[in-house]
Amino acid sequence: MASVDTHVGHEVQQENWGGGVEPFKASYGKLMMWYFLVSDAFTFAGFLIAYGTLRFSSMTWPLPDFVFAKIPFYSGEAPLIFVTFMTFVLIISSVTMVRAVQEGHHGNKKGVVFWMLLTILGGLTFLGCQAWEWTTLIKGENVSVTRNPFGRHTDDGVYLDASGNETAEIFKAGDSYLIHGHDHHGQVEFDFRKYKVTSGPDAGKVSQLEFGPKAFGALFFFITGFHGFHVFSGVVFLFVIMLNAASGLYHRRGNHYEMIEKIGLYWHFVDLVWVFVFLVFYLL
Amino acid sequence: MLSHEEGIRVVTRGLILLGIITLVEVAIALVGNGHVIHGLYLPKLIMYPVMIGFSLYKAYFIVYEFMHMKYEVPGLAKSVLLPTLLLVWGIIAFFQEGGSWRQRREQIIEKNKENVAAPKPTGWNNVPEDTKSML
Repeated sequence: MASVDTHVGHEVQQENWGGGVEPFKASYGKLMMWYFLVSDAFTFAGFLIAYGTLRFSSMTWPLPDFVFAKIPFYSGEAPLIFVTFMTFVLIISSVTMVRAVQEGHHGNKKGVVFWMLLTILGGLTFLGCQAWEWTTLIKGENVSVTRNPFGRHTDDGVYLDASGNETAEIFKAGDSYLIHGHDHHGQVEFDFRKYKVTSGPDAGKVSQLEFGPKAFGALFFFITGFHGFHVFSGVVFLFVIMLNAASGLYHRRGNHYEMIEKIGLYWHFVDLVWVFVFLVFYLL
Repeated sequence: MLSHEEGIRVVTRGLILLGIITLVEVAIALVGNGHVIHGLYLPKLIMYPVMIGFSLYKAYFIVYEFMHMKYEVPGLAKSVLLPTLLLVWGIIAFFQEGGSWRQRREQIIEKNKENVAAPKPTGWNNVPEDTKSML
């Protein structure tokens, strides 16, 4: 080992054993934040891989642009628009975080506090949006951890009305449906519409709409909930560190506001996870 | 360390880059699923690799520029990124597993649809007399 370093040689060995040399030239806190993020990445990857496995193993799966099509203040369908807005909110909050770190490197306390405040606002906006999304799904569409009223047809068919006659409403295999529920004496009652299959080996069979794969609701709420929990804890940490910065604590430490860098790593990680949750749940 | 103006320029470039890539991804998803031009569908074989590729690029950009990995010691970068390659193995293994479960489910549905003639009843009718007494 000592033979690799030529002119420094023996002194380097002594220095390293004497301590005070940072591995990878990074401080303890920064290095440990990176390794924590690696572990967190594995946790999220575990969840997302479970999602992929269960989705591939299911005979049908709800179409994301059919399920996630609601936006505030508009009663029509706007597929994927709201969740795209949420993605932009997080991207912008990541950019404001980078600006905060840059201001810290220049020792500009006011700049650090300003840009961190914007990052916190971005995080809170994202949380508000996620809360709206969950409320729409739970209250408006009756999705729960054990129940999924979104499904997809596997055959072509035509809906039947209450007396069993064919209506004008037809559907094709692959079309999505939502089993609507309405409140009935405090309980939710679902409208399992009847339909008749019009093609394929089951043609002529009369059937009823069925709930979609159960795993959909559980996976959606657990994964977005786990991510939302990270956003929430990130906002709390950002707030505490912003107050510390404002009080002059990091200026006194004289380490170029490294704490801002460290919490910035966590915040970018949260954005990074969302990139993949967004891809896997909404785009694919 | 970047100067103030350089820093702002890097950040603006990053914002525009990530923003445009996200919009393109969403556009592909909407166009490919028939929402823009009614009835126009893109093959998933093209859509999926493109969207996954874009997301991987976004991940690279966030880690290397925003999280500063590009400016760190190469050893740090490797010690963080190489373990995540294990996830590639996980993804391949589990997705294959999920596909196999689906195949078995399809097989069950197929078999349930088959019409099989009722087999000749067996049971005690066919057991020879002398063995019955041994039971």
